Amino acid sequence: MIEPQAAPAAEPATGQALVEAENLKVHFPITSGLFQRTVGAVRAVDDITFDIRKGETLGLVGESGCGKSTTGRALIRLRELTDGVVRFDGVDLTTLKRDQLRKMRRRMQIIFQDPYSSLNPRMTVGSIISEPIETHNLASGRGKLERVKELLALVGLNPNYTNRYPHEFSGGQRQRIGVARSLAVEPEFIVCDEPISALDVSIQAQVLNLLVELREQFGLTYLFIAHDLSVVRHISDRIGVMYLGKVVELGPPAAIYETPAHPYTRALLSAVPIPDPRAERRRKRVILTGDVPSPANPPSGCRFHTRCWLYERLGRPENCRTDDPELRIVQPDHRAACHYAEDAMQSDVGVAHIGAEPIKRKAFGAGPGAHKPVADDSVPATLVTGVAPDEGTGGGTGGSGTGGAAPPE
Amino acid sequence: MAVQSTTIDRKLAERPPASLWRDAFERLLRNRLAILGAVIVLLLILLAVFGPFITPYEYSQTDTQLVREARGPANPGEAGHLFGTDILGRDLLSRIMDGARISMTVALVVQVTVLLIGVPIGALAGWFGGRIDNLLMRFTDITYAFPDLLFIILLTVVFKDTWFGGAMDGLLLVFVAIGIVSWVGVARLVRGQMLSLKETEYVEAARAIGVPDRKIVTRHLLPNAIGPIIVAVTLGIPGAILAEALLAFIGIGANPPRASWGTLITDGQTWMSSEPHLLLFPAIAIALALLSFTFLGDGLRDALDPKLKGKQ
Ligand SMILES: Nc1ncnc2c1ncn2[C@@H]1O[C@H](COP(=O)(O)OP(=O)(O)OP(=O)(O)O)[C@@H](O)[C@H]1O
Ligand code: SF4
Ligand SMILES: [Mg+2]
Repeated sequence: MIEPQAAPAAEPATGQALVEAENLKVHFPITSGLFQRTVGAVRAVDDITFDIRKGETLGLVGESGCGKSTTGRALIRLRELTDGVVRFDGVDLTTLKRDQLRKMRRRMQIIFQDPYSSLNPRMTVGSIISEPIETHNLASGRGKLERVKELLALVGLNPNYTNRYPHEFSGGQRQRIGVARSLAVEPEFIVCDEPISALDVSIQAQVLNLLVELREQFGLTYLFIAHDLSVVRHISDRIGVMYLGKVVELGPPAAIYETPAHPYTRALLSAVPIPDPRAERRRKRVILTGDVPSPANPPSGCRFHTRCWLYERLGRPENCRTDDPELRIVQPDHRAACHYAEDAMQSDVGVAHIGAEPIKRKAFGAGPGAHKPVADDSVPATLVTGVAPDEGTGGGTGGSGTGGAAPPE
Repeated sequence: MAVQSTTIDRKLAERPPASLWRDAFERLLRNRLAILGAVIVLLLILLAVFGPFITPYEYSQTDTQLVREARGPANPGEAGHLFGTDILGRDLLSRIMDGARISMTVALVVQVTVLLIGVPIGALAGWFGGRIDNLLMRFTDITYAFPDLLFIILLTVVFKDTWFGGAMDGLLLVFVAIGIVSWVGVARLVRGQMLSLKETEYVEAARAIGVPDRKIVTRHLLPNAIGPIIVAVTLGIPGAILAEALLAFIGIGANPPRASWGTLITDGQTWMSSEPHLLLFPAIAIALALLSFTFLGDGLRDALDPKLKGKQ
């Protein structure tokens, strides 16, 4: 049995850090020629500093290629750091020896985006889930089998399917297998790398609910990566926004959605529909134009200046082009990396904050009690509609439209 | 806890567990051409193993009756020789059956050599990457660029008088030499497999768990690379058989009275106009073998390609 670690009903807004990244850099060398000479580097993650507090869920969003996955993997030492430090529960992971790191791996895990490529097609479900148990000598013989079955039941799968192969399951079920594998070592911290974006819309809510339930049950800490702001809103205690290898804004959902302080966050919010038509009419939208610059050759100064609407509106101030803005505090527990964050906060781009509540549901993480969202309440409305109770009857059959909201229990 | 729908559970419960190997085998069974190829390959193998016990005559045995009558070779069906005899009155069917033995040995020895060299080089290059990869792949390129024939002749000359050069009437040396010039494709294939498989999320997951490198290679990489390797080896066999035949054509290989299909064709060619059966039967034999391996290899490729499966 996994003993549920006593999860405090409510985390204090500023808890103790479990994972800390300090000046984290991950560059991938670009080589060319016969002798693989290094001619440059993709600066996938370029000097970011932040922490993830015990028991919290930190949402991480940003466009494709901005370095979210690389950040997540670097935090659990699946990527070599080019520079900087990652600490887990106070221990500097970069200095750990191989064996020490292996022991540490029990405490941190990862769930992947693609349920097809994240399970070895030649292994049975039983051996996939046994692998972590064997690697860390957690159980053997009958005990191991019992534990595997228990884990399968925990993620909502039939415990008798230990001798099945991954391709016999649907996408959502496979994702559950991946979740069971990561839970096998009883981790404290899990990097969820877009765990629902590859799934059918009808199944996304189910898997999201599962992750929320497990978090409550075991007091897990999550880094929850997503590429848009709508998914992370309801499950995150804080949200980080990344752009081109940098964290440009970090704060609780209330701050990010209602008083965003970075022009990029506001541009992202413009793309998220607001269910309330009155609020929708009240806000201004900006559309991000131009391509994302190459992370091998990022723009000087503020990396966002080539696409920044505020920069244009302010008459192209020089310091945007010359000085890289640091992530600074703009409100308590709310940071943004923009020279003109105060101007951005005053604007009505992307949000409609004058008078109207943008979305009727309360924001989580805003105060005491924030950290216990009830499972079905925590699902964005867009996700709940169209949940088909039968997730396995083939791709797409339980799709959009009138499908009644299925209770997650 | 979310309860799975019962319909999918029932559907799954009715089926026995299906590993990818099993699925692949079932797909292979549905491919008629591949099965035909497999049957012929099996016959050739049986022939190679049990040939000496079932050939109607000794391959080197001259039909003295024919010689006494001082006439030319027997035509097919004549004088108790189903495929006729050659110029010296030796039974052609028996000689072809014995030739199968040589060709199957070529297939085996060449491909074992290819695997022994190609798999480790490709696996090391792909797994370690960087400098080691660079070094090994440059070596591979050089091997590839070196003229094959020259290399084989050099090898046979250098090792001629050693134990190795004498083994199997000197054939072993020739076969191994063919293998030594043929491993490049497999090395590149294995390297590519390693490179792409080690980036997969299930390998990443194994790393996150802390699975030791050795186990990652044996449990995750090799089992997933083995399908394409089997296909490449099967499809490489016709090339090996052909290489032996071509070498025989220029006089490297089986010494008389031993004859491979290559030497049979070479001899048959001399008498093509007057005794066409001397060319025809060995040519059919070699064509049949090449086609069978190709059909089987193609079928295996289709059956093993996991991209057809998995994504339902
Ligand atoms: N192993 C690697 N080698 C070289 N470049 C890499 C590697 N992994 C990532 N990159 C590059 O680093 C940058 C960031 O990649 P990353 O996968 O972290 O982005 P992401 O934010 O997760 O994007 P997505 O939303 O598409 O998953 C990209 O430009 C990518 O091409
Ligand atoms: S620093 Fe300048 S360019 Fe960068 S986001 Fe702020 S206003 Fe835009
Ligand atoms: Mg990613």
